[in-house]
Amino acid sequence: MIVSKDRASSVLFLVLAFAALGGVFGLLDAPFVAAVQVLVYAGAIMVLFIFVIMMVDRRNDREPKKKNLASIFAGILAVGLLIELLLAAREMVPGMGNAGPAGSADTAGLGSLLFEKYLYHLEIASILILAALMGAISLARKGTMPK
Amino acid sequence: MIPGSYFLVLSFVLFALGVAAFFIKRDLITMFMAVEVMLNSANLAFLTFAKSSSALDGQVIVFFVITVAAAEAAVGLAIVLVVFRQKKSIRCDDLDLMKG
Amino acid sequence: MTEVFWVAPFIPGLSALVLFLFGRLFSRKWIAAQACLSVLASFSISLLAFLGLLAAGKGAAPVVRGLFSWIVSGSFEARAAFSFDPLAAIMSLVVTGVGFLIHLYSVGYMSEDRSLARFFGFLNLFTFFMLVLVLASNVILMFVGWEGVGLCSYLLIGFWFEKPSAAAASKKAFLVNRIGDAAFLFGTFLVLATVGSGEFRELAASVTGGGFPAGIATLAAVLFFIGATAKSAQVPLHVWLPDAMEGPTPVSALIHAATMVTAGVYMICRMSPLFAFSETASLVVALTGAVTAVFAATMALTENDIKRVLAYSTISQIGYMFIGCGVGAYSAGMFHLFAHAFFKSLLFLAAGSVIHALAGEQDLRKMGGLRRRLPRTFPPFLVGAAAIAGLPFFSGFFSKDAILSQAFAQHLYIVWIIGLATAVLTAFYVFRLVFLVFYGRYRMHLETWSRIRESPLIMTVPLAVLAFFAVAAGYIGLPAVLGAKANLFGRFLSPVFTNVPGSVPGPGTEWILMLLSVGAAFMGVAAAYILYVKNPLAPLVLISKLPVLYSVVNRKYYVDEAYEAVFVRPLVRGGEIILEHFDRRILDGVLNGATAATGVTGNRVGLLQTGLIKEYALAFLIGAVLFIGFLLI
Repeated sequence: MIVSKDRASSVLFLVLAFAALGGVFGLLDAPFVAAVQVLVYAGAIMVLFIFVIMMVDRRNDREPKKKNLASIFAGILAVGLLIELLLAAREMVPGMGNAGPAGSADTAGLGSLLFEKYLYHLEIASILILAALMGAISLARKGTMPK
Repeated sequence: MIPGSYFLVLSFVLFALGVAAFFIKRDLITMFMAVEVMLNSANLAFLTFAKSSSALDGQVIVFFVITVAAAEAAVGLAIVLVVFRQKKSIRCDDLDLMKG
Repeated sequence: MTEVFWVAPFIPGLSALVLFLFGRLFSRKWIAAQACLSVLASFSISLLAFLGLLAAGKGAAPVVRGLFSWIVSGSFEARAAFSFDPLAAIMSLVVTGVGFLIHLYSVGYMSEDRSLARFFGFLNLFTFFMLVLVLASNVILMFVGWEGVGLCSYLLIGFWFEKPSAAAASKKAFLVNRIGDAAFLFGTFLVLATVGSGEFRELAASVTGGGFPAGIATLAAVLFFIGATAKSAQVPLHVWLPDAMEGPTPVSALIHAATMVTAGVYMICRMSPLFAFSETASLVVALTGAVTAVFAATMALTENDIKRVLAYSTISQIGYMFIGCGVGAYSAGMFHLFAHAFFKSLLFLAAGSVIHALAGEQDLRKMGGLRRRLPRTFPPFLVGAAAIAGLPFFSGFFSKDAILSQAFAQHLYIVWIIGLATAVLTAFYVFRLVFLVFYGRYRMHLETWSRIRESPLIMTVPLAVLAFFAVAAGYIGLPAVLGAKANLFGRFLSPVFTNVPGSVPGPGTEWILMLLSVGAAFMGVAAAYILYVKNPLAPLVLISKLPVLYSVVNRKYYVDEAYEAVFVRPLVRGGEIILEHFDRRILDGVLNGATAATGVTGNRVGLLQTGLIKEYALAFLIGAVLFIGFLLI
């Protein structure tokens, strides 16, 4: 996604990436989350992105050839960050067991956890979605309210 | 079968890639996509830890992260649309209204 | 009954506080009633305490009442404690009694003033502080009262502060007093260092017990006396009192005649063991008193403002009191203080009545023949004049004579001669006042003459009361020649002044001295009569014959001008220089510089805010990398 030159290709590559991640989630004994990932992320959010890309002017699509100093610097920093993170995780690594189908996928358990312990969070998240919905519509609308 | 540490490394790599992409790209939408990548890497890390500590709470967190990311994407893209209508450009170098 | 004495200061004090806080809400009648009644209450308490003291008999120790411990520092402790002995009894009776009469008088005199609550608040506050001063049992609490009355004097002199001359006069009074206060403080430090405590009892014990080195005693006594000089307006710190006449007349009567200016005398009497111990200091006191007495009397001769004549007279009479203290005749000095409180405040209030009747006129040259128009003011004024002149059967005669005969008996003949000469001058100038105001022809227009009205009763009744005491007060201090038991006053005070050299002149000498005093008084009155009644043009002739002498005396010997040139102007100039160089250049420079630096820095830092998202995110990233790196290490 990063290297592709135009935005549409980037989006499509990203969709692929998310789908793959969904598979990875499945490997981690999280089938419900995997399904959600594919449905919501790869399905809904990326579609949103595609819509907006289509609505936006395509004149400046090509990236300029020249690279500036800041990008190179940032790239180096990103690599540095990676190294740091890996170093940080070194001591944690032995403590992790094997992933795989050894564990059982417990969607019912997840559901009960969601609706008991995290009930408030759930409700608030739903209100948040409602607010985002209204916000996005009112922001992106052209013109004023119909009389 | 697959050691947990592999997943963690994958998460870190994805994060670093997201960061790099954020700085390299010029237009807002692609930068936004990079942010999504970073969020997903975090999700992966959460799930890894959930598995290793056999607690389902990590999955709950991931659930919420996806929810919030969706909401944020909706609003953020709406803003991008408005900005585009105003300035006719989505290159982030042109957006310096907050200068000073 | 004596135990309640310590409440006396607090009633006027409380009244003052109430008047300051809520005075604007009260009606004028209420303000006047509250102020007068609070002083009356104080007087009643003092009276009760006094009677209790009488009943207790001669050998009774003074009653002490401690309130709380004020300063505690190591082994040193200063308590807020009051003590009541015969000396304090007399002073508190005078302060509250005369004070009450003056409060009554003020109701009439200040009836048209718009700041009545402020005035009576200050008066009550003054009463509070004066009582603290009088009743204090240690020198530190006395200093609190000392400073407090100085403050009230400033506030009351400058009561009509919109008048520039009044504001200047109050400032002058306060500054001159400050010099005395500094001396008082140094004296206090010496005493504290030597005795270890400020209590007067312990000071007396230390002096009589021999624990006080003579040199330090003299130094401390002189320092205290300098404080008294400023407070009681003696030479050379007398310059504030004539200007203090800018204040309302009741203020002049109460503060600058009867009470505050006598605080210096009281203080010396209170510390009489110290002064008696140091002959040098006593001599200084007596000589200063004598010089002041005659010096001020000469200035009163040429003064044309009715209140200023009385001001110089006060300075002169307090000189007499200091003579009394200086020669060891402390009870005689106090006796003169006692009598003087009555007749001087009487003279001031009567003068105020004249001024009130003339709607503000104070110049003697514009008065005359008023005895027909002011029938209730004239007789008390005459009584006061007779008393101060020392005419026989009036109180001033007995009190002055007591001092002069003691001076003679101590072989301080110089002092005695000066005192006698001053008596002549005193009689002269006070009757000059009488004749110029009440006799002869009225020297202004006929229209104003018809508008002159006698003052209201609330002003003239206190005059009558004071006149009565101006006569009667003398009879409690009769000289020894009329019987050893006759001096009630002296006997009452004798427990206080224990180790005082009491040499008494022989009876024959006493009679001769009395006759000489009477002669001096009559000489003065006669001279005044000749110059101002029989031969009204004679003074002008005299003035034209001796122009230089007249102008020097009239201009108060140019003392004020000298002080102005030597002290005031250099200090003011010095202040201006400091203002220019230090204040403007350095302080303002630092301030402006700091402000400019902050502004410039702010602008430079502001360049960081470019508004570009990527740059902000870059900052984030750098921070995160550094932070995690830091955690790793």
